[in-house]
Amino acid sequence: MAKLRTRKHKVVLARSVGGDVGITIVLAILGVFMFLPMYYVVIQSLKPLDELWMFPPRFYVMNPTLKNYSDLFSLMDTSVVPFTRYIFNTVFTSVAGTFGNLFLSSLAAYAMAKIAFPGGKGMFKLVRTSLMFHQTVTAVTSFILMSAFHIIDTYWAIIIPAWATSLGLYLMKQFMDTHVNDSVLESARLDGASELKTFWVIAMPMVKPAWLTLIIYSFQDLWNRGASIYIHSEELKSFNYAIQQITAGGIKRAGASGAATVIMMMVPIIVFIISQSNIIETMGSSGMKD
Amino acid sequence: MLQKTAKKKAVARKDMSKMQWTLKEMKRNWVAYLMVAPYMLIFTCFTIIPVILSILISFTDFNMLELPNIVYLDNYIRLFLDDDIFLIAAKNTFVFAVIVGPVSYIMSLMVAWFINELSPKIRAVVTLIFYAPSISGQVYLVWSTLFSSDAYGWANAWLMKLGIITTEINWFQDADYVMPLCIVVALWTSLGTSFLSFIAGLQGVDRALFEAGAVDGIKNRWQELWYIVLPSMKPQLMFGAIMAITSSFGFGGIVTALCGFPSVDYAAHTIMHHLEDYGTQRFEIGYSSTIAVILFLVMIGANMLVKKILSKVGE
Repeated sequence: MAKLRTRKHKVVLARSVGGDVGITIVLAILGVFMFLPMYYVVIQSLKPLDELWMFPPRFYVMNPTLKNYSDLFSLMDTSVVPFTRYIFNTVFTSVAGTFGNLFLSSLAAYAMAKIAFPGGKGMFKLVRTSLMFHQTVTAVTSFILMSAFHIIDTYWAIIIPAWATSLGLYLMKQFMDTHVNDSVLESARLDGASELKTFWVIAMPMVKPAWLTLIIYSFQDLWNRGASIYIHSEELKSFNYAIQQITAGGIKRAGASGAATVIMMMVPIIVFIISQSNIIETMGSSGMKD
Repeated sequence: MLQKTAKKKAVARKDMSKMQWTLKEMKRNWVAYLMVAPYMLIFTCFTIIPVILSILISFTDFNMLELPNIVYLDNYIRLFLDDDIFLIAAKNTFVFAVIVGPVSYIMSLMVAWFINELSPKIRAVVTLIFYAPSISGQVYLVWSTLFSSDAYGWANAWLMKLGIITTEINWFQDADYVMPLCIVVALWTSLGTSFLSFIAGLQGVDRALFEAGAVDGIKNRWQELWYIVLPSMKPQLMFGAIMAITSSFGFGGIVTALCGFPSVDYAAHTIMHHLEDYGTQRFEIGYSSTIAVILFLVMIGANMLVKKILSKVGE
């Protein structure tokens, strides 16, 4: 690097104006395609009734109102199971699932990344292979196993499987491979620190971006869960499910359902905005070498 | 210090059989087993055993009520020779995966590449715009508003106002439009994990390589992409491919939410819907397991194939 900087003439990178313009145009078109529907959701939620049913529909709002939001809250009051219960269900399963996942995945990832033990590599390969298939493949047989464990229709049916996600362990292990220095661990071990203590006191503080990434992935997944085949009691169902019930109430509820969608989407988006740089840093080591 | 212990180990290994050495290593590292145990226990229960169980049950007629009988390959024969809807589902799944997988992969890569040279603040905003649809849960339902069946849907309203159509099109209930629309919505939500992984991979490419490339006669940015960028982010390309393929098989939820279940004339019926239908509604677990096994094999096969293709990048 130093050599390049001291050179007299800076190397000109191959960039044509035409290419810049072309790229900007493609990016703009794709950007509009991605952004407009999101924007429309927000606009719809702010439209008063007469503007919602205007022909043709507009991409802006003339008299913005928060009435749809207050309608949503009054609709919530009419629900048989109190709405706070649905919110509690989602918040509880999201938080319990996320923290269990963070703890168990990091613990296992540390052992697989930093301790050479027979079977460790094989286990990691197994987890990595499981990234290749979607969870629906195992949904029905998981149901049978959960019945055998008697956790169907309890919070555990949502929480326990969330504790061991393949993506969480994979990202954490890859990050530890590149960001936790072996010699630091070695000197801690020589000082007599136990493996658990080395993990908790030395390694974990070095992988904070990976924690955040794991927390966000897990939280997003659990937060967005709708109806589940593992849960049938109304009072255990999720916030997302309840929102869908309101939305399904037909055209009279177009405004309220727009407001509901905005509330549901704001949470993961805000969480992502706060943690974006950490997630990107974690993804830097996500690569698969063989 | 590390070298010393390694030497000691190597000598010790010579003196005993492989079995004994492994056992000794296992004993020495018992803490590691303790650390992976909770994760591996749950992973085994909810990922490994379900896959094995599916394979076993696929050879039976299990229905949750009676004891299962072994029917050997009957389920597989029925699936391929006697189930027209499965063949429709297989075709739709194939179309979905072949379009959504590669297009979303290339779109993720291109967008990540285009925004790579923007200033960090602008890049963060653009990243958010492209990534937001994939994390916002049910937000894709907005497409059913944009393409609603009445004149207040954005698509119908404008097509009618411009005089292209005279009566409303029932978008999500019309067999001609269901598949293309679902593919568009799936693409809209598809810039997810692989997209972020590419952004990070591009950030990690050594800037000095570009300058060296310019000296070596790289003429334009496409050559730069092919000879410098892609080879140096191969691991991310591999990871991104796996994420893209796996999710390109998993868009069943979007289809159900937009078109209902089953979709009109099974026009957007996928293997995943077929699996849900038999597994969670008709409770023909034996048959649904057969579908799951096929889906499993197809996903693993697609991943293996793409892995092979990607290993040729930049060569």
